[in-house]
Amino acid sequence: MNYVVQRLLTFPLILLGVSILVFVSIRLVPGDAITAMLGTEAGLLTPDQRAALAAYFGIDQPIWSQYLRWLSGLFQGDLGISSIYGKPVLSIILERFPLTLQLALMSMLISLSVGIPLGVFAATRNERPSDLIVRMLAMLGQSTPSFVIGVLIIYVLSVFFGFVPAMGTFTPLTVDPLASVGQLIFPAITLGFAFAASVTRISRSAMLDVLSDDYIRTARSKGASQRSVVWRHALPNALIPVVTLSGVEFGYLLGGAVIVEQIFALPGLGRLVLDAITQRDYALVEGTVLFIAFNFLLVNLLVDLAYVALDPRIRIGGR
Amino acid sequence: MTPLLSVRDLRVGFGQNPAANEVVKGVSFDLAAGETLAIVGESGSGKSVTALSVNRLVDFGGGRITNGSIILQRSDSSTLDVAKADEKVLRTIRGRDVGMIFQEPMTSLNPVHTVGAQIEEAFRLNRGLHGAEAERAALEVLERVRIPDAKSRLAYYPHQLSGGMRQRVMIAMALASSPRLLIADEPTTALDVTVQAQIMALLAELRAETGMSMIFITHDIGLVAGIADRIMVMQHGLAVEQNTTDAVLDNPQHDYTKHLLNAVPHFTSGKAVRADNERTATSEPIIKVDDLVVRFPVKKGLFKPKGAIHAVDGVSFDLMPGETLAIVGESGSGKSTTARAILGLVEKHRGAIAAKAGRSRRPIQMVFQDPFASLNPRLNVEALMAEPAIANGQKLDDTLRDRMRFLLDRVGLPADVLNRYPHQFSGGQRQRLCIARVLMLNPDVVVLDEAVSALDVSVQARVLDLLVDLQREFSLAYLFISHDMAVVERIAHRIAVMYAGQIVEIGEARAVLSDPQHSYTKRLISAVPAVERRRQHFAVDATQVPSLVRPAGYEPPPANWREAGQDHRVRIEETK
Repeated sequence: MNYVVQRLLTFPLILLGVSILVFVSIRLVPGDAITAMLGTEAGLLTPDQRAALAAYFGIDQPIWSQYLRWLSGLFQGDLGISSIYGKPVLSIILERFPLTLQLALMSMLISLSVGIPLGVFAATRNERPSDLIVRMLAMLGQSTPSFVIGVLIIYVLSVFFGFVPAMGTFTPLTVDPLASVGQLIFPAITLGFAFAASVTRISRSAMLDVLSDDYIRTARSKGASQRSVVWRHALPNALIPVVTLSGVEFGYLLGGAVIVEQIFALPGLGRLVLDAITQRDYALVEGTVLFIAFNFLLVNLLVDLAYVALDPRIRIGGR
Repeated sequence: MTPLLSVRDLRVGFGQNPAANEVVKGVSFDLAAGETLAIVGESGSGKSVTALSVNRLVDFGGGRITNGSIILQRSDSSTLDVAKADEKVLRTIRGRDVGMIFQEPMTSLNPVHTVGAQIEEAFRLNRGLHGAEAERAALEVLERVRIPDAKSRLAYYPHQLSGGMRQRVMIAMALASSPRLLIADEPTTALDVTVQAQIMALLAELRAETGMSMIFITHDIGLVAGIADRIMVMQHGLAVEQNTTDAVLDNPQHDYTKHLLNAVPHFTSGKAVRADNERTATSEPIIKVDDLVVRFPVKKGLFKPKGAIHAVDGVSFDLMPGETLAIVGESGSGKSTTARAILGLVEKHRGAIAAKAGRSRRPIQMVFQDPFASLNPRLNVEALMAEPAIANGQKLDDTLRDRMRFLLDRVGLPADVLNRYPHQFSGGQRQRLCIARVLMLNPDVVVLDEAVSALDVSVQARVLDLLVDLQREFSLAYLFISHDMAVVERIAHRIAVMYAGQIVEIGEARAVLSDPQHSYTKRLISAVPAVERRRQHFAVDATQVPSLVRPAGYEPPPANWREAGQDHRVRIEETK
């Protein structure tokens, strides 16, 4: 338990570090925000107008005072105003986040429910032809880039089935669950494909290790069936590496999936960050990156809690 | 009457071509109901493979039965040839007709399920019990294996129990279905000697209660002397001798059996101690340890007070030049920590370790338990042996190579091994290599931490002889750390018995072994299995080692000693 307490205490410190890093690094990029905002029209501004704009956005202040102002706003739930959208950053993020979260959950669900059984199956068929086929598929899945899979899926769907997935605006789960899931199913498969391959490989190797452990022999000596040996005795012991990998992957997915969002024209967090960076929307970049970092840390904390749930040796210390 | 189990010409092989890689090469034996057969042999003799063939667990380790029959009489009086049965049928004999316990209680229980769940599973699989019924049955069987406070232990996970307790849980699980045959594969090898005695006594009592048959696999012929009806001795996949226990022990026929009985160290209560090297009053100790204390801090959570594990608590002794002092004790007694503190491998909390200036700058060297793990697999012999010299500022030149060849020759390895790698040697050869390596710097003292414990019994005997020879030739002093009283008897001049971080008895080897004074020394010695004491009966004793975790600031009461003879001191025990 100590471990978890420690993680909880370091949580805000890491966030603070991330916030400083983001705040400073975006300002180190050459070029100024006003030019980026107005494009060629920025040349028409008089120096006075330019100074007034800078004062309006607060970018005439020294960097540390800008940071402190931003930080104090943060504590009041104010992430600033996006210069692209002219709306509060937080509301933009919360608009985009449901799609990203749902997409991440769906692709995790797909890859875990495919990857774990395949990995377990391959481990019990170690070195037999069926194992080799699974391993080859996994290698293929890991080495195929997601834009290839995505484009392939769209091509097959539209050319052979005449089906075009809904693009542009996202139908939230709360409005129309079926349409919502239907809209994201193909992007989720695209994202889940490569990860399913990783899960297959890691659960196969973890299961192979566990299956040669002494307690597996003990279970067999009791007369346990192969099914009970594999699912009841071996799998819970093999899950830790799978959980670790899934945590990292899920954390990434919550940061948005730029390529897949682009291919399927989905308004997720990934494209939001991309737009914010290319258009030098300081407040939006800072807000989204901090939000993503927060999610990442949260997922890691959940992974630690999952270890505790999975392994009694972590849950209850030795004597 | 047909025997319970009848094995005929059993052959078992491994790998792609099992017939060419045979590990068991035609073994036959019978086992009557209620009888106990001991299969004795060293590693690679095929004893475990033979036993694992009886319930066909050998299949899961990559083994194939290539020939022979294993006729098992089942509880419904039908017979089954296990060698030819298919997996579905085999599953019904495992647990139900044949129970099994294994060598490593530490790893043989599933870490993610509670002890109770694992025992209940055995009842569910073999007796069809569920829910509260299974729980009641699990509680009953835990009480039968004499686990104190059994009800609360059901909710424990394996890592919360000691090795001895875990082995009891294993036995409870095997007993769940009242099997007619229990296979015990080295069930006490990983346990301390007093715990071993408890488990052996328990198995003997359970056998008497249930009337089951047992196959007991061991490398220690002394251990089974008290429990077996018949003994089968195996070597290189063959049964070289089998007969009743008394016949095998008192009148061995085969050379290998004689070798196991005579060459291998057996404990004889001090009759086999060395007679050389009497202590003289004038000599000065090479190492003098005074009131050594080693503590490891423990954190008990964020706000709770910290305590410490008192691993070594006030240990004092002298080691004279050319003398062997054996420190004996069980796991957790602090014997290895003492050795490590002397080498400076762990930090001491208090106390003085004075080493007399010796022949070299590094007068104390150490040999470790596991010869497989203590040699870097990527270095060849030359590099391995040069390491201590190079660390000490010497250069790898012809003088150094000459010394390597000289020492390799002295430990009985050919001089042309310099370019070979550790995996090309057997366990015994590797330990010889480790010994040669520590001699490179011409030390005065060699600390041997369980240095022969990982070796097979007959290899163990030869390495012990080598150590005695080297001690005389190079006038070495040994600090010999061991849990094995039979080995200690062969090599020690003096013995210090450690218990819970303290020396409880120290003195001349013969006096300590033949006339132990402290209650723990007595318990330890009476727990050592011995061929000549095989008719003695041992009661089940559930004494546990006390916890060594003490609150911060705790100091043990000062030790009081009494003299039990010349050079034989005993710590006075507190009377309650």
